Amino acid sequence: MATSTPPAKLELRPPPYPLDALEPHMSQNTMSFHWGKHHRAYVDNLNKQIVGTELQGKSLEDVMIRTYNKGDLLPPFNNAAQVWNHDFFWDSMKPGGGGKPSGELLKAIERDFGSFEKFSEEFRSAAATQFGSGWAWLVYTVNPRPSDGKELLVLKTPNAVNPLVLGYTALLTIDVWEHAYYLDYQNRRPDYISIFMEKLVSWDAVSAKLEVAKSRVA
Amino acid sequence: MALRTIVSRKTLAALGSGLRAEARLAASRGLVTFSLPDLPYDYGALEPAISAEIMQLHHQKHHQTYVTNYNKALEQLEDAMAKGDALAVVKLQSAIKFNGGGHINHSIFWKNLSPIREGGGEPPKGSLGWAIDTDLGSMEALVQRMNAEGAALQGSGWVWLGLDKDFKKLVVETTANQDPLVTKGANLVPLIGIDVWEHAYYLQYKNVKPDYLKNIWKVINWKYASEVYEKECH
Repeated sequence: MATSTPPAKLELRPPPYPLDALEPHMSQNTMSFHWGKHHRAYVDNLNKQIVGTELQGKSLEDVMIRTYNKGDLLPPFNNAAQVWNHDFFWDSMKPGGGGKPSGELLKAIERDFGSFEKFSEEFRSAAATQFGSGWAWLVYTVNPRPSDGKELLVLKTPNAVNPLVLGYTALLTIDVWEHAYYLDYQNRRPDYISIFMEKLVSWDAVSAKLEVAKSRVA
Repeated sequence: MALRTIVSRKTLAALGSGLRAEARLAASRGLVTFSLPDLPYDYGALEPAISAEIMQLHHQKHHQTYVTNYNKALEQLEDAMAKGDALAVVKLQSAIKFNGGGHINHSIFWKNLSPIREGGGEPPKGSLGWAIDTDLGSMEALVQRMNAEGAALQGSGWVWLGLDKDFKKLVVETTANQDPLVTKGANLVPLIGIDVWEHAYYLQYKNVKPDYLKNIWKVINWKYASEVYEKECH
């Protein structure tokens, strides 16, 4: 993405596919509320919160990291992070998604998790056991833990918190706030997670993000 | 159960670790398990404020899952305690808080609601009514405050009308996830709790949480809240 002066008002970015493109796995009905109402409200409310303050005109990531405030959250954080998280979520999916990754990404997953199946199990478990609202992530860390040297990790975060503010590079996310799945799956979060993995996840997008992450380190 | 009463602590100490283990096993056979309480009304009885579809899912799926997982966690806790596994005991605390809290909170919630034809929505008479005016200004002010706090709550949680039983004062509080009201103060007694997890309203109200909050007051069971209040404040 070319660097440019951030706009004075943040805009709601549409998903990279039409709202009905993920049917029947994620319904148009869900997308119309999730993107059209929830995501839109985060953008609108964030703009209202930062207008006339020093945060206005800053990039979304900048606003997010400043208002994360090292964990002592400032009021705009929830909206800022949720705008970012949802942009990232739409990018994590694609029509005809699912299946397995390939190439460098698959090699990295096999290296750090043992197998794709073991990664999938850990990711699904994180998504299923994030209590209350939150997200599950596959992240890339530029600072591997000395104990095991792994570069790829599965994380789960509560509410609006994301790996960026924790110092990681995000590669993939699944939204496990109830609004993400309730219309299509009701209480059956595990079913939603399975369908996400089998039919929705965009391994192309994840691979591209890993490439960018590695090139920054090199 | 019988073995438990026969084997006193003194006896256990005298008999050594072998019998202690057996007594623990026997005690574990007497482990109290929790079960889903019945609703005091039909699933459709709170319509149109809360849909039958939501009430059924909320009770039969969500609350049941908390009960099931709470029992599981307690069994694992007992096991960990019996083995003297301190780390396992500590690791189980979050599962106990989540699921036990979920069971506690929802058990209160079903009693907080009542069909309109059974008095749901009727404001409290007597001491609780006066306390609301004295401590919180008025019923309108209370409703406005709880709705504002409920709407502003990020993520999942509850908004409460509680009684500080030490100071005999009413308070409005929120808790995150399934934290019971006591996590905000050991002296706080829950009178009314409103579930603001998305599962409590999403199928009917979608993203418009404020509409759910506005409508739920039509089925709030002030009789129950008054009973609890009077018991603490006699």
